Amino acid sequence: MTTETTSQAPRRKLPSMSILGPVIALVVLVAIGASMNSNFLGAANITNVLARSAFIGIIAVGMTFVITAGGLDLSVGSMAAFIAGLMILVMNAALPTLGIGIPIILLGMVVAILAGIAAGLLNGFLITVVGIEAFIVTLGTMGIYRSLVTWLADGGTLSLDFGLRTFYRPVYFDGILGISWPIIVFALIVIFGEVLMSRARFGRHCAATGANEAVAHYSNVNVNRTRLLTYAMLGLLVGVATIMYVPRLGSASASTGLLWELEAIAAVIIGGTVLKGGFGRVWGTVIGVLILSLIDNILNLTDLVSPYLNGAIQGVIIILAVILQREAKAKG
Amino acid sequence: MGQSMTAPPVLSLRDVRKSFGPVEVLHGVDLDLRAGEVLALIGENGAGKSTTMKILGGYQPASAGRILLDGQEVTFGSQHDGETAGIVMIHQEFNLAEQLTVEQNIFLGRELHRGWLLDKTRMRQLSREYLDRVNCDVDPDELVSRLSNSDKQMVEIAKALSRDARVLIMDEPTAVLTGEETRVLFDQVRALKAAGTAILFTSHKLGEVSEIADRVAILRDGALVRDVAAYEITEDGMATAMVGRDVSDLFPAKPDTAPGEILLRVEGLRVPGEAEDIGFDLHRGEILGIAGLIGSGRTEAMEGLCGLRAASATRIEIGGAEVNIRKPSDARDHGLCYLTEDRKLRGLLLGMGMRVNLTLQALDRFGGVLVDRSAEERALDDAIREFDIRAGGRDMKVGNLSGGNQQKLLLAKVMQTEPSILIVDEPTRGIDIGTKQQIYAYLRRLAAEGLGIVMISSEMQEVIGLSDRVLVMRAGRVAGMLSGDEINEDAIVRRAMGVGAKHSEKVA
Repeated sequence: MTTETTSQAPRRKLPSMSILGPVIALVVLVAIGASMNSNFLGAANITNVLARSAFIGIIAVGMTFVITAGGLDLSVGSMAAFIAGLMILVMNAALPTLGIGIPIILLGMVVAILAGIAAGLLNGFLITVVGIEAFIVTLGTMGIYRSLVTWLADGGTLSLDFGLRTFYRPVYFDGILGISWPIIVFALIVIFGEVLMSRARFGRHCAATGANEAVAHYSNVNVNRTRLLTYAMLGLLVGVATIMYVPRLGSASASTGLLWELEAIAAVIIGGTVLKGGFGRVWGTVIGVLILSLIDNILNLTDLVSPYLNGAIQGVIIILAVILQREAKAKG
Repeated sequence: MGQSMTAPPVLSLRDVRKSFGPVEVLHGVDLDLRAGEVLALIGENGAGKSTTMKILGGYQPASAGRILLDGQEVTFGSQHDGETAGIVMIHQEFNLAEQLTVEQNIFLGRELHRGWLLDKTRMRQLSREYLDRVNCDVDPDELVSRLSNSDKQMVEIAKALSRDARVLIMDEPTAVLTGEETRVLFDQVRALKAAGTAILFTSHKLGEVSEIADRVAILRDGALVRDVAAYEITEDGMATAMVGRDVSDLFPAKPDTAPGEILLRVEGLRVPGEAEDIGFDLHRGEILGIAGLIGSGRTEAMEGLCGLRAASATRIEIGGAEVNIRKPSDARDHGLCYLTEDRKLRGLLLGMGMRVNLTLQALDRFGGVLVDRSAEERALDDAIREFDIRAGGRDMKVGNLSGGNQQKLLLAKVMQTEPSILIVDEPTRGIDIGTKQQIYAYLRRLAAEGLGIVMISSEMQEVIGLSDRVLVMRAGRVAGMLSGDEINEDAIVRRAMGVGAKHSEKVA
């Protein structure tokens, strides 16, 4: 073809369906919610939805990087439960020496973050250095962490000391200017993640690694280090999510964080990140998380459909999202 | 048009047009394939050869025009319709299931049965026969993923033999073959031709076209510009018709000046299992060719040198100082850069745009932690201008560019790292002669600007025409170093094959 190189197309094209799809779905959901229940758009409900979205959302931002770089992490839900259990154990154990106060909360946070990074590095090490499939490794660690937390709790529930819990509660329930801490932290992480993905060298390296590992290697991209960092970052974010989560209930059990990994992966996919890697967008993931939370919220607020069908509706949305992406790809 | 053949055409195109969206890429092509005739379809990358072949094989529908099979108009809904009509197409990118065995591939979709069960004995025996006909000694039980490219090509041809093709269409069948394998392939082509098969093939190697084709059809910019008997046209004539201008000066003149100081000195380079005790010097301003058979360890040795695979060396000096290169970024820090032979699998991200591809290897030059997109855009503007990259649009996916434009982009990409030593591996594989000429001129210009260039190539013309010195490798070792008048086909082949060199041995 000898068509001369043209500069940017002069006419402004409509954004493709892969961008519009999730946004439209979110707008439609908000419209449905607002028309069905007058409390839907109230500050209390919105805060509630966003705060609940924050845990999955923070994890899903990390998952976006892992998936973009061609990986997958099934262990995040179990990891969150394990970190929560560990954090509670350490804080309870330190209570006699440190007493109730800021230092013990900081200790818990440091434990959560270090445990998260360590768990992420372990996944990443087994996947990149040892060279085992991400699916297998994280399926394994998923079982290990879930089992460990059950063992730590001796089959029951690990509870934070009552006094500590009262002191720690504000981390979930308070905030600045009426915006609760989980929402603030989530927002900061999203902004950081979006810039990192779309503007920074690291994001470009993740996409290159996920798109074609060989090309990335031949282009001086350190493929293993890039992958390892995505898992470590995801682990860190699981730790952060757990820090926000523990004060909410003050306990951890075998059912803590159950199926979080699937919700996080679903949010990433609904947001337009390609499951086999090579392309990811953090803002899309945020929309994905909000869509999933809103479905849950609307079903709970209205009696149109049984809330028990929540999972079915989410499943349909995930499949639809992927079909829309594929059509957009075929056209583009 | 010189269609003086007597046999009626088996398969014909009449005023066939093809458009992708608003862009018409074939403008009314007429073509006849006759039984017992070998037709070579040649043209530059993007001239429409692949599209024409895909229409003939039923892989793509024509946008307008007629396809005639034995004089009757037909419509192929899919390649399956094409195969049913006896038209077999062998793709440049092989159409083999990598995880199946050779035998399973040959009989894929038409497995032989004995009762309800597969007749494995018979299929294995027939596979052996077909493979023997192409002198290919691979085991029918071997997995295709373990075969070399040339063996895969032979399996494809064995598969075509098994289908009793009336029409055989081959897209650059010799691109991955060595000289010897090409000879075997051509023997088979002659046998098929004698048996009355109509054969169409494409190639960028005009010498082969002269050798095997009965008729030559030349496409330029989507239109058929010549369709003549092979004896009526010279190789120069073909090249001129393809490019539309005279390309007799394919290679730039070699400089008379003495080479500069030593830029790179390699001693005792070893890549486990691939190359042993490789040593050479590279001077400033010089193009050092590396010749040898496919599998002689050329690529592996250079990849090892650049830290792309595990390797060790007694000593490596760059600019007089000893260096230690363990990973690709070390090579880059020392101004050493490698351009891969496989632009599609190792060179470019085919699903992404030109800008992202261009800057990937040297992303740290474009902004700090954050990437400066406007600097990237400027670099792309420069690259498009400097390398004459022709794309439908800036946002086009790189996978949709023609091979020649992909290669230019790949060259532009590695040049973003601003190397002082550039190693290019098969820099013109599968691209047209006009683009080749541009790339040769560019490499010579880089050398004149003071770079040291190493060029691995399997094309003898290229090695002889461009290199100031030639290092020949055989079975993972240096088999000889030639310079000046010693550089000729005979001397290179003797060393590459390991047959006793006579007169040239004394000179070396």
